Amino acid sequence: MERFAAEVAENRSYLTRLDGAIGDGDHGTNMDRGMKKALERLQATDGDDIGASLKAVGMALVSSVGGAAGPLYGTFFMQMGQAAAGRSELDLAGFTDAFDAGIQGVIKRGKAEPGDKTMLDALKPALEALRDADGDDVAAALERAAQAAFDGMEATVPMVARKGRASYLGERSAGHQDPGATSSHLLLKSAAEAVGATT
Amino acid sequence: MKKLINAPEDVLRDALEGTAAAHSDRVRVNFDPPYIVRADAPVQGKVAIVSGGGSGHEPMHGGYVGRGMLDAACPGEVFTSPTPDQMLEATKAVDGGAGVLHIVKNYTGDVMNFEMAAELAQGDGIEVAAVVTNDDVAVQDSLYTAGRRGVGVTVLAEKLCGAAAEEGKALQDVADICRHVNDQGRSMGMALTPCITPAAGEPNFTLAADEMEIGIGIHGEPGRERMKIESAAQIVERLAGAVVEDLPFNEGDEVLAFVNGMGGTPLIELYIVFNELSKYLEGRGITISRNLVGNYITSLEMAGCSITLLRLDDELKRLWDAPVDTIALRWGA
Repeated sequence: MERFAAEVAENRSYLTRLDGAIGDGDHGTNMDRGMKKALERLQATDGDDIGASLKAVGMALVSSVGGAAGPLYGTFFMQMGQAAAGRSELDLAGFTDAFDAGIQGVIKRGKAEPGDKTMLDALKPALEALRDADGDDVAAALERAAQAAFDGMEATVPMVARKGRASYLGERSAGHQDPGATSSHLLLKSAAEAVGATT
Repeated sequence: MKKLINAPEDVLRDALEGTAAAHSDRVRVNFDPPYIVRADAPVQGKVAIVSGGGSGHEPMHGGYVGRGMLDAACPGEVFTSPTPDQMLEATKAVDGGAGVLHIVKNYTGDVMNFEMAAELAQGDGIEVAAVVTNDDVAVQDSLYTAGRRGVGVTVLAEKLCGAAAEEGKALQDVADICRHVNDQGRSMGMALTPCITPAAGEPNFTLAADEMEIGIGIHGEPGRERMKIESAAQIVERLAGAVVEDLPFNEGDEVLAFVNGMGGTPLIELYIVFNELSKYLEGRGITISRNLVGNYITSLEMAGCSITLLRLDDELKRLWDAPVDTIALRWGA
């Protein structure tokens, strides 16, 4: 989570610039504000219950990010937290199930489908990579998921947006990378690096 | 960027403090989380009306808090939806036991945040109804976009529903009036210049010195087309033509005609627009029986205007004429 917050802070103007091209130019600023708040809340939890920690992150994002990213990322972490409630550690299958629950929450909240040029286009391929990684160790699986999210993010470039503010651009949204998919890739990349560093 | 601010990150807080200092006779401002409620909230037994959205559109929504209009407004950061915890606290603060109506403009963030807030409020035992406004005819393709945006009709719906709630109507009836107003109203806007959010510090789109954008959104979302600037009469024909054709408004209809400034256009120009609109509608046998001219749903310093038409019936006329006592809209009170 700290890595994700750092990645978001580091890429704040990059995300904002991507958002400026097809949205309203505040994704980096809003996510940075939210992740700073999430880290504060995380420090207040004891960390033994992964579910509770994830929920704390979700609540922090919902109450501080605003826009569309707040409820979407907030719902993602809250649903993940619910799926991981009471667990002090997660194996690959447990993590994958929680990740899946998070994505289902995002779909329910945002009503987007893969191909709409949204964060789902990075998250969905990452989930598939995790499911395919059966038998891999967690670090290797997350590495592959991060790569899948990266590919998914790049695949949003030619897409025409069908959800969110970018959709008003119609054809003009093609040729720009989706900022939500980009921050979702940063999330997977951070998770892979964090696990890689401890194993 | 030249702006009368202290620091970009303090814009919302500073403006809310100013609102509190100037209007403590009409409203109370809460800072954490930020929301504005009418000074006498909660009004027992009355349906409460809550709206909200990103800041930068003043006087919407905070300027419409008061008797005969909104019970609470939730301001987000500039052009960023407010958050569910704000909306929940505002909803609790104004609930007088008769339920709460959320009036939500159709933007992805606003809709999702208000949805979460309604779920939370219902969990706390408060009855909530929500109506989404989506009157911007500039968005022609609603299937492959986030849909038509909520713009000028929102202001009218807040006034009309506020009057209905004040009369003692029940929650579902006030919500029905809101849906009816949204069904009978259409808008389209245009920009002569872009706007600059304090956080970005630069315009979010550019227009050449001799260009305008027809169909602009209130956050600078792209419109129908960009073209060389024309006379006020020609611009009104483009805007009003699209609005009239969409509903459609027909010969014999009575309407409320609302000419709105985007924030950077002087009133003298808005009256020129209203004059052209009067002539345009007269030529089509449409009668303007109520009107509103001024800066009511703005887009920071953007120059330009929007035209909203609402088809009127006797009930809507009565509700429009009912007393209203807010910071920005005040009559009969």
